Amino acid sequence: MIGISHYLILSGLLFSIGFIGVLRRRNLLMLFFATEVMLNAVNIAFAAIGSYYGDLSGQMFAFFVIAVAASEVAVGLGLLIVLYKKYGSLDLEVIANMKG
Amino acid sequence: MESLVYIALFAPLVGSLFAGLFFARSPKNILVGIVTSALIGVSFIASAALAVHVAEFGAVQVTMMNWIDAGDLSIPFGFLVDEISVTMMVVVTLVSTIVHIYSNGYMDHDKSFNRFFSYLSAFVFSMMVLVMSDNFAGLFIGWEGVGVCSWLLVGFWYHKEDKTFEENPSISPSWAANEAFIMNRIADLGMLVGIFLIYWNTGSLQYDVVFDALPQLADGILVAIAIALFIGAMGKSAQFPLHTWLTDAMEGPTPVSALIHAATMVTAGVFLIIRANPLYSMDAVAGVSMFIAALGAFVAFYAASMALSARDIKRIVALSTLSQLGYMFVAAGLGAYWIALFHLAAHAFFKALLFLGAGNVMHAMDDELDIFKMGGMRKAMMGSYIYMGIASVALAGLPFFAGFYSKDAIIETAFNEGTFIIWGILVITAGMTAFYSFRQVFFTFHGEERYKPLGFHPHDMYKYVLIAMAPLALLAISFGWFMGSFQEFITKALPNYEMSHTTHHWAWLLASIVVALAVTGIVIAYKKYAGKGAKAWKRDEEFEQSFIYRLVANQYYVPKFYDEYIVQPYTIASEKFWKLDMKVVDGTVDFIGKALYKSGDVSRGMQNGNLSSYLNWMGVGTLLLILAAAVAVVMG
Repeated sequence: MIGISHYLILSGLLFSIGFIGVLRRRNLLMLFFATEVMLNAVNIAFAAIGSYYGDLSGQMFAFFVIAVAASEVAVGLGLLIVLYKKYGSLDLEVIANMKG
Repeated sequence: MESLVYIALFAPLVGSLFAGLFFARSPKNILVGIVTSALIGVSFIASAALAVHVAEFGAVQVTMMNWIDAGDLSIPFGFLVDEISVTMMVVVTLVSTIVHIYSNGYMDHDKSFNRFFSYLSAFVFSMMVLVMSDNFAGLFIGWEGVGVCSWLLVGFWYHKEDKTFEENPSISPSWAANEAFIMNRIADLGMLVGIFLIYWNTGSLQYDVVFDALPQLADGILVAIAIALFIGAMGKSAQFPLHTWLTDAMEGPTPVSALIHAATMVTAGVFLIIRANPLYSMDAVAGVSMFIAALGAFVAFYAASMALSARDIKRIVALSTLSQLGYMFVAAGLGAYWIALFHLAAHAFFKALLFLGAGNVMHAMDDELDIFKMGGMRKAMMGSYIYMGIASVALAGLPFFAGFYSKDAIIETAFNEGTFIIWGILVITAGMTAFYSFRQVFFTFHGEERYKPLGFHPHDMYKYVLIAMAPLALLAISFGWFMGSFQEFITKALPNYEMSHTTHHWAWLLASIVVALAVTGIVIAYKKYAGKGAKAWKRDEEFEQSFIYRLVANQYYVPKFYDEYIVQPYTIASEKFWKLDMKVVDGTVDFIGKALYKSGDVSRGMQNGNLSSYLNWMGVGTLLLILAAAVAVVMG
């Protein structure tokens, strides 16, 4: 039987994968993917907990997250294109120009 | 009447601001001298009008505004013009007016002409605040104000270099200015303690309230207040052991010496005692009053003895000022307050005249001060000779001159009180006074023309300066004639002091002893110093090597003592403390600063512009926060 803990473990694993991706990846596009993975991990957790408690607000919140993520991707990708046009690359090492 | 009070008070301030704000950086402008002198003159006229008003209708009290109003403490900016303060106001503004006009001539060639007038008028304003205030707080402001102006003016020629003590006992103007200021700081601490004691015990600083409350206070507190206030007076009036600054203050320009260090500021201590006469005439503080009188007599003699051998023309006059201040304190200490005030006024006139005359001589001799290098100058400087002669006669106390009446009254008071030791000292001092003041006159104006081989070409001061000095000369002659009416006027505010019948009976004898001694002193001085040719004065090298001469010429080694046992140990201790301070206090502060700087320098490396490493740091931070939250949960 698949219970709440399985969902949460899946969510935690996905979140960790996303987190490590955010930390380790050097390409901005990949960072975006990693954040999307993290967001969706959270969505799974929301939906699972909402269903567990029989409360719709968890699922509703997941929808909000999806909506926000979609708009974020739209804006973010636009910015990425501009960045790519400017630097010819999306490698963080290349576009690092603010040094303390 | 209120507006007259404000005119008298603020006209000098306007003059000072006029000179200071508009002409501080511009070259010499004769307008500055004229405007400031005129404004002080206005102040004098207002003061004189107030004197007439006070004589007729009594004291005027005005409150300009509330100054400090906090809780139970209420100190208004109030001014009291009664018989005492109006006397001081007239004396101060009259001497100031003449000194201002005099300075126009004396400072003629000085490049800081405008600055000088700004300071001088500021001094007059401070002095007016001091004498006119109706509370101790205002008095203290004026007290400090004159101290600051004195510092500015003594150190007026601050660019002069330090010399050794042997070469110039006052080292340099800036050194002398600092000495005067620091010595007065010591005394002002005493004064502040006195003011605090008054406030704690009476709840007010207004003169009338305080004096009404005095009889209810415990004896110990009264004595403490009396002592503390007198310490303040000792500093300002240069009484032993805080006297050394006054002779060194002669480094300032001569008009400053005449105005501040002879006629006005140094008498502030006497004024304070006179002002606080309800306190000092109480039975509980009789011991303090007697001490004041005894110290005054001691200082009178002590300063006169130093003046006997002094060679510096200004130092002689300064020492005689010190000596005469001693006389005033004797009168005040013995309860003859109005006589003290009378001598204060008379002294202001003839001493200012004497100083201005000495200034003329200095001006003529290109700032040479050594009387051994002068002599026979009366041909070249008739006007100054007459003025200094008049002033010296008044100082010596020959009959019918101002000093005769006032000084004689003090000596009589000492006799009348039965304090014969003080009386004896004062009588001997009177003889010495006559000797040293005429020694100076004869040295300067009579005898061989010693200045000629030295290449000096003395010439007298400008005519207008000499004419401006005439009122002082007139008062030095005639002020004593008004003693009766002055007594009638001033005793409305001060307790009257009358001689007993016995004293009255012997008065002529007492007076003739004093006069005889004074004449003897003058005759000895004439024989010794005024001769020409074969009788001319010669240096007595042997006598100058004798113990007593050296003791007196070195000011009883008091400055040396201060230097060796106070200043030098203090300097060494300061250096040690400075090092300690560098290590501990500065070290702590520096350590904090350096630690922050260092940590910033290290953590600066984090900001490398790479988004990935930022995200890593963020991740570390998040983990740490989660860890902290977890620990907090576990710890409960």
